[in-house]
Amino acid sequence: MTAPNWLKIERRPVASGRTVFIISVLAILAALLVAAIFFAAYGISPIYAYYLILRGALGNMHGFSETIRRMIPLLLCGVGLTVAFRALFWNIGAEGQILMGAIAASGVALFSGLPGPLLLIAMFIAGFLAGAAWGLIPAALKAKLGLNDVITTLMLNYVAMYVVLWLVHGPWKGASMRGYAYTDMFPNAAQLPMIGSTSIHWPTLMLGFIAAVVMYILVNRTRSGFEIRVVGENPEASRFAGISQFKTTMLVMFISGGLAGFAGVGEVAGIYHRLLDPSQISMGYGFTAIIVAWLARKNPLAVIVTSFFFGILMAGGDVIKIQLRLPFQLINVFNGLIMFFLIGSELLIRYKISIRRR
Amino acid sequence: MRILYGLYQPDEGEILLNGKPIRISSPRAALTYHIGMVHQHFRLVPTLSVAENMVLGLDEGTGPFLNYRQTHKKISQIAEKYGLVVDPQAKVWQLTVGQQQRVEILKALYRQADVLIMDEPTSVLTPQEVDQLFATLRTLVDDGLTIIFITHKLDEVMEISDRVTVLRKGKAIATVNTADTNKAELAKLMVGREVVFRLEKNPVKRGEKILAVDDLQALNDRGLPALRGVSFEVYEGEILGVAGVSGNGQRELAEVLTGLRRATGGHVTLEGKDVTNRSAREIADAGVAHVPTERKTMGTVPSMTIRENLILKSYRQPPFSHGMFLDNKAAEENARAAMKEYAILAPNIDTAVKVLSGGNIQRVVLARELSGDPRLIIAAHPTYGLDVGATEQVRQILLAQRDRGAGIVLISEDLEEIMTMSDRILVLFQGQVMGIIDAEGAQIERIGLMMAGTEEEKK
Repeated sequence: MTAPNWLKIERRPVASGRTVFIISVLAILAALLVAAIFFAAYGISPIYAYYLILRGALGNMHGFSETIRRMIPLLLCGVGLTVAFRALFWNIGAEGQILMGAIAASGVALFSGLPGPLLLIAMFIAGFLAGAAWGLIPAALKAKLGLNDVITTLMLNYVAMYVVLWLVHGPWKGASMRGYAYTDMFPNAAQLPMIGSTSIHWPTLMLGFIAAVVMYILVNRTRSGFEIRVVGENPEASRFAGISQFKTTMLVMFISGGLAGFAGVGEVAGIYHRLLDPSQISMGYGFTAIIVAWLARKNPLAVIVTSFFFGILMAGGDVIKIQLRLPFQLINVFNGLIMFFLIGSELLIRYKISIRRR
Repeated sequence: MRILYGLYQPDEGEILLNGKPIRISSPRAALTYHIGMVHQHFRLVPTLSVAENMVLGLDEGTGPFLNYRQTHKKISQIAEKYGLVVDPQAKVWQLTVGQQQRVEILKALYRQADVLIMDEPTSVLTPQEVDQLFATLRTLVDDGLTIIFITHKLDEVMEISDRVTVLRKGKAIATVNTADTNKAELAKLMVGREVVFRLEKNPVKRGEKILAVDDLQALNDRGLPALRGVSFEVYEGEILGVAGVSGNGQRELAEVLTGLRRATGGHVTLEGKDVTNRSAREIADAGVAHVPTERKTMGTVPSMTIRENLILKSYRQPPFSHGMFLDNKAAEENARAAMKEYAILAPNIDTAVKVLSGGNIQRVVLARELSGDPRLIIAAHPTYGLDVGATEQVRQILLAQRDRGAGIVLISEDLEEIMTMSDRILVLFQGQVMGIIDAEGAQIERIGLMMAGTEEEKK
């Protein structure tokens, strides 16, 4: 394959932060432009639709609260994924790790009998550990047996999903729930406090911010972070430098799975106050978080911005559904298009393309 | 040369063929101009036969079908004419490196090349195979072909070429008739200053025994025996050269000695302590430095900065880290000092290693590996692919380490390097030691024979 004569393609030595930022914004704009075709196909002016989405997600207190509510799990999972991606571990399993966190938190809430504030703390610890454990399975499989991480993490999502289904239909099915597949409601002490009348469970949001800062420091300023980056940038060199790939892989997945577990705790303790159908607990946060982390170019601090952006998109999905009477799934089209253009834009980050002047 | 073969496009200037300007947009276009190329790393499909590799990418046969009988006949014809004997039905992976190179040349001839570009063709051959190759090239030239022979080795230039063009930093410095020049003059043109050819070397001051390797055995990546009972010793203040044609166990030897590959038998003893199958980290901490063959894939993390690459092995220890946190200040100071001491040319310490030249990357590797005065240095092809100036500097650095009292195992396929640098020379052939001889007064023919598998009588 050769490029046409009038195009000049050169390798960029190192793309500056500004270049990366501009290219990322252009990728998003390109995605929005293509998504406009779908609105037009429904006979709705794309500009009007985008205006509605923005107004619905940010224009009033309710919309803003919905945006933040969606941002919380995306932030936690996204931060964790940046760490995993840094070590070149493709964790596609945040969705399952969220569910395991939710299960563990529900178990503690319903059956531990712990008193008062201790209960919520125990729920978060249990949720973190359960998500981490779910993440350590594919980490060990890859580090010890060389199994493909994409496949194992993806498949474990379905296992987690069916564990939740089995629990809510079987042993944990609530006595007071008649025909519904729910557990009993959590006791009051197991419910997270909100900001005013919004559905923003602030302790989880705080955890997200703290995680972003701590992970930024971990990756850039600590020995473990150095090891993570070396393993991710050049596994052969890490072997040469005597860095244990096994330990590093296990560490990043402990963190990545654990943070996703936190997100699961937040959803059941903050929003639903019980364990319920897996598609309601998570709504695909674990998958969207992949795009969130990618858009942040694997920088944990930038996830704060990108998760907010996707929070807007998801809250905008409600607007699409209610005000425009279009399927909520249109948001998945957005996600897909953004991912598509982001991956495509990698080419522009690595190469400088210009028009050759005769 | 990649531009000539259509892999890269020129920014400016033009190419004239038989007086006419042409544009070579792809290797396929090069083919239509009858330009062929033999790459340093062969472009053959190992699982296909010789004949299948010949027709790869060509529009031959009828419709979708290939006519192997015709192909075989054509190959035999060309092969006979130039004395390039290979079995057209053999699979490429079954052939030796020398035979594979023959296939590459055949491939170019099969495509009716008039101009043949050869990139470092001798780097993988034994001296005997080189002689054979040169004989082939001479018949080709007598037959009217033009050959562009790219090499780092001045001896070869003097032996094979009619005219020489010296390139330095992307510029043609001079073109001269070989008959009118000599090695020293060419070397001068290459570096732009006089190179000391006979390296100034202090007499060897052998000290205590540092490394003892006893009956060492190891497997290669494919699980086949690569080291079959290797034994030798290295002393303080000496350089032991390990010669051999590539793929005879050198890589595996370097990896076992540095803890990157498991030994399946035998012992490695470092200063009296058994370190067989210790981890890479333990061996490095015991004072063993490793200058690996692959600077970019193993020796450095190309996307990370000079500062970070310089602490790749010592980031765990003070002053570079305190507790779990890294000390960026200490790493910065270290990088500044190293850049000065080793004359690393880069805009600043936070430049990514991948934008540096090969010589500067090697300086980064050396600066890191030689910090802390290692007892033993395993240097694998330390000057491979470097220009003459950088090569000389790397050699001087290693000699300084030797004079300081370090023991050095120098693995190289460049016999000239082995001959000039080493105090003793060990020759590996198919994972076995063919002999260890003193470098002083060693004859290159004798080493060549050992590299081809003739065992030295035990002294």
